[in-house]
Amino acid sequence: MNSITRPDSLDVAGIRSAFPILAQSVRGKPLVFLDSAASAQKPRVVIDALCRAMETQYANVHRGLHWMSERTTEAYEETRDAVAGLLNAADRHEIIFTRNSTEAINLVAHSYGRGLLKAGDAVVISEMEHHSNIVPWQMLRDDHGVELRVIPVSDVGELDLDAFDACLADGRVRLVAVTHMSNVLGTYTPAGEIVTRAHAAGALVLLDGSQAIVHRRVDVQTIGCDFYVFTGHKLYGPTGIGVLWGRRGLLERMPPFLGGGDMISSVTMERSTWAEVPHKFEAGTPAILEAIGLKAAIGFVEDVGYEAIGRHEQALTQHALARLDEIEGLHIIGAAPDRGGVISFVMDGAHAHDVATLLDRQGIAVRAGHHCAEPLMQRFGIDSTARASFGVYTSLEEVDVLADTLARVREFFK
Amino acid sequence: MMFEDLRDLYQEVILDRGRHPRNGSRLAAFDVRAKGDNPMCGDRVEVFVAWDDAGKVAKVGFEARGCAISVASADLMADSVAGLSAAEVRDLAGYFATLARKGSADDIPARFAAAIEGLRALAGVHEYPSRVKCATLPWHALVAALDGAGEASSERD
Repeated sequence: MNSITRPDSLDVAGIRSAFPILAQSVRGKPLVFLDSAASAQKPRVVIDALCRAMETQYANVHRGLHWMSERTTEAYEETRDAVAGLLNAADRHEIIFTRNSTEAINLVAHSYGRGLLKAGDAVVISEMEHHSNIVPWQMLRDDHGVELRVIPVSDVGELDLDAFDACLADGRVRLVAVTHMSNVLGTYTPAGEIVTRAHAAGALVLLDGSQAIVHRRVDVQTIGCDFYVFTGHKLYGPTGIGVLWGRRGLLERMPPFLGGGDMISSVTMERSTWAEVPHKFEAGTPAILEAIGLKAAIGFVEDVGYEAIGRHEQALTQHALARLDEIEGLHIIGAAPDRGGVISFVMDGAHAHDVATLLDRQGIAVRAGHHCAEPLMQRFGIDSTARASFGVYTSLEEVDVLADTLARVREFFK
Repeated sequence: MMFEDLRDLYQEVILDRGRHPRNGSRLAAFDVRAKGDNPMCGDRVEVFVAWDDAGKVAKVGFEARGCAISVASADLMADSVAGLSAAEVRDLAGYFATLARKGSADDIPARFAAAIEGLRALAGVHEYPSRVKCATLPWHALVAALDGAGEASSERD
C-alpha cells in the first residue's frame, strides 16, 4: 500500500462538521457518501444563505423599484462577481447564469452553433464526454449540417491528442467542446494543450468543468479557453444554478437563446431588441435563491482553499487507488497519471448494481450505471461501472470503509 | 455477518441463476423475439420465444447483460412460462409485477401456482425500489415479443 500523506492544511473533521447531513445514519450505519460527482452535499453556510434570503430579503430581481427588490438584485449580482472571481474572468458581464451545465452547453450549441456556424463547419467532442456534451452537438449536427468529430480515448483513459490533431487538420473545425475532467475515469484533460492546438487550427474551445472545478482552481484567462461551463450543485451549492462563462466579444456576437422577460432592451408588437450581455442570455425570472446559495458555496470553497482541496483530493485518490487495487477481482477503469477523485471500477462476478446495493446496506452511497457516458462504456467494452467519488468532506477512513466492504462484496459474489 | 440482511434479495437461487443461467442463450430456432432495455442503468436483455404446435410456449431463451437480479429473473421467467399460452404469459407477467413491487400477490389462479412458486425467490426485490425494474425488465421484453413490439423499456413501470 502507498504511504498515506495526510493533508496537514485540511481539517477534515472541521469541514465535516460544516455539513449537517454527514451526521445522518443510513440503514443504521454512519453515512459514507461517495457520490459527490453526481451531486455534492451542502455546507451550513449554503443552507443558511438560502434560508436567510427567504426570511429577510427576497423579491424579484432587475425590476422592482422597492427596497426588497434592490437588495435581492444586489445579492444576485454579487454572485456574478463571485463567479467572475472564481474563474478569474476578465469581465463580470461574461458570466451567464443557467440552470446547470447541460443548459449552458445547450445555450452554446443553439446560440453559437445555430447562430454563427454554417453547414460544413465541424465541431469536435471526445469519447469521454457526459451525454450533456454529446447530445446537444448531435442535435446541432442533425438540424444544421455541422459535422461532428470525436477524439478517441486511449486505454489508460486519456484523450488521444494525435487523433485530435488529425481532427483539426483540414481547418474546418470551429469549436472543440471537451470535458475538463471525466466524470467516469477521473482523468483531467490537458486543457491548455487542447486550447493551443485548437486555436492554432482556428477553432474555439468550450470546457465542461462540471467535475474539474470542484477540485482545482480554474483560471479561464490562463487556460485560454473561450467558453467554460459548470454547475452549482456539484460545487456544494444548490441545484438549479449553473454557469456559462464566455468571452465577451463572442457572447455579444451570439444571438439570444431563450426569449422573454429580462433579456430585452425594448419590445413592440413588431420587433424586440436585446439587452446587453449577460442579460441577453438570462430570459425570465432567474434562479435567484439558488444564485445566492451559489455565492455562499463559492465562499466556502475559497475559504477552504483550492490548494488544500487539491491536496486532499490527491491523498484520497492515491489511497483509494492503492486500497482498491488490493482487492482481487476488482478492476479500476482508466489509469491516467493526471486523475482525481472519481474512481470507476467493475468486479468479477458482480454487476455494478449488485455491488451498489450491497454497499448501500452498509450505509455507503456510490453510483452504479453508465454515468451518462454510454460511448465511454462502449469504448471500454463494459455496460456499467460502480463509481466512488470524493468531496472535500470525504475522509481517508471512509475510503477504508469502502475498500474493506468491497472486499466482503467480492466474497459474497464469488 | 455482513450482508446477512441481503439474503432475502440475494437468495442462493438468485445468485446461482444470475451466475449460471440455464436458459441464457439465443434459441437456434424461434418464432418471436424482443429486446428490453433500461436506459437509466444500461441493463439489456433480448428474449426469444419458440411456440409448440398447440400455440403454447415451447421454450424461452435470452441473452442478457445486467445485474444478478435481472439475469436470474430472466432465467426463472423462462422456466415459468413453458407450456403457457400467450394470454397466460401476459397474466402471469401481471402477477409477477405485483409480486416484485409488493412482495406478494393475491388471488393467483391455481394454474399459475407452480409458476409463481418458482418466481417467489424474487419477491424480496420489493424492499429495494430501485431494483424492481431489474426484475421486471425481462418480463417487459417477453410481453413485447408476444405483442410483436420488438422492444420494451423498463421505463414503462
